[in-house]
Amino acid sequence: MTLASRVIPCLDIKDGRVVKGVKFQGLRDAGDPVACAGLYERQGADEIVLLDVSATPEGRDHALDTVEAVRSVLSIPLAVGGGVKSPDDAGRLLEAGADKVGVNTAAVSRPGLIGEIAERFGTQCTVLAVDAAAGEAGWEVVVESGRKRTGLDVVEWCRKAVTIGAGEILLTSWDRDGTRSGYDLDLITSVSSVVTVPVIASGGADRPGHLVAAIEAGASAALIASILHDGDTTVGELKAALREAGMVVRP
Amino acid sequence: MRLVTIVPTGTANTASVVAALTRLGALVEEAASAGDVETAQGVVLPGVGAFGSAMDRIESLGLGAAIRERIEVNRPTLAVCVGMQLLSRHSEESPGATGLKVFEETVGRFGDGLTVPQMGWNRVEPGPGSRFVESGWAYFANSYRIDRLPDGWAGSNTDHGGKFVSALEKGDVLACQFHPELSGEWGARLLDRWLQRVETAA
Repeated sequence: MTLASRVIPCLDIKDGRVVKGVKFQGLRDAGDPVACAGLYERQGADEIVLLDVSATPEGRDHALDTVEAVRSVLSIPLAVGGGVKSPDDAGRLLEAGADKVGVNTAAVSRPGLIGEIAERFGTQCTVLAVDAAAGEAGWEVVVESGRKRTGLDVVEWCRKAVTIGAGEILLTSWDRDGTRSGYDLDLITSVSSVVTVPVIASGGADRPGHLVAAIEAGASAALIASILHDGDTTVGELKAALREAGMVVRP
Repeated sequence: MRLVTIVPTGTANTASVVAALTRLGALVEEAASAGDVETAQGVVLPGVGAFGSAMDRIESLGLGAAIRERIEVNRPTLAVCVGMQLLSRHSEESPGATGLKVFEETVGRFGDGLTVPQMGWNRVEPGPGSRFVESGWAYFANSYRIDRLPDGWAGSNTDHGGKFVSALEKGDVLACQFHPELSGEWGARLLDRWLQRVETAA
């Protein structure tokens, strides 16, 4: 088996710029999306995720332009999420140049959305994005950038979403997002052990060792943002560390 | 001129295919009729969601016979992902549907105990007679695959819980289970080699 573990830079997009915060708040500018995506591809990124965090109609239109601009230079896969409420929303992102579409809040309100997108565009194109907040017993799904708790159990929600049509899970620990304190490994193991689709670990990466631990915990891929945008490391350095730890990565 | 006609399979990522071909200097148009598919210098059959719905779409546009015919007479044709699977007779994914029947081999689902869809980068190793595909890493996103090499085709191999056929080639016809348009520089070089055939055959 040679399927490689993936390293995926994530660009949060607002008004045509890359932004980054801590626990989804206090956003600061982190550069031009086309320049960032191109740079990370040259560093060896296996895929790029764009999350539109603008949450306004004007922002959504702006995001389509960003997807188109990034697509024109990018020759690796592009997954896009943020504000997708219907198969038509997904269709617009795909038409602009996304290869996969992430659904989050709208799917929590209406799980059938996952099946509708999967039926029209395929499960391989349908990514469930989940924001998980740690509780006393397990994890709870939070939506609207973490402002709203849902009472949904994360593991149960992921299991259900896969039966409906999700082909991949982007699993973000809300508690760890932007904190650089390492991925929530228990969360990764709990979800990846109940689904057959790939799980992307997200939230908390700081050191190469964090990525190694996420893969060992069951993730197929590791999402990174802050440590790249701050220029503390490169995709190439992270992949070299994974290779040294005995993981299969694409050179 | 690198003139390429895309079959509108109602597709998920046509924009990525168009962007990749455009970066390589191709002029890309959408096929509107069977005549377009017959006369096009190069034809691309892109990847889509499901086998059955893609075949329905192709047949409703009346393009099936034209695609099959141009492959039979070796006109430059590129099939990607589900596009490659459509060349077969049947797929486990859509038991009632009939494919383009370019070859008899059927499409089956990956076995149990694997991460499915196979999502990500995997090694591609060309077999005897491969002219387009070189050894390297390609991006896959598939739950189904062909696991036996059809007669008369050169094949490339990839391993995901056992070997499967990751590319097929014969003359100027290339079919890829992976996405060359998403496979970085390696994929771009592969597309460029196929586009050279489009130019030469014109």
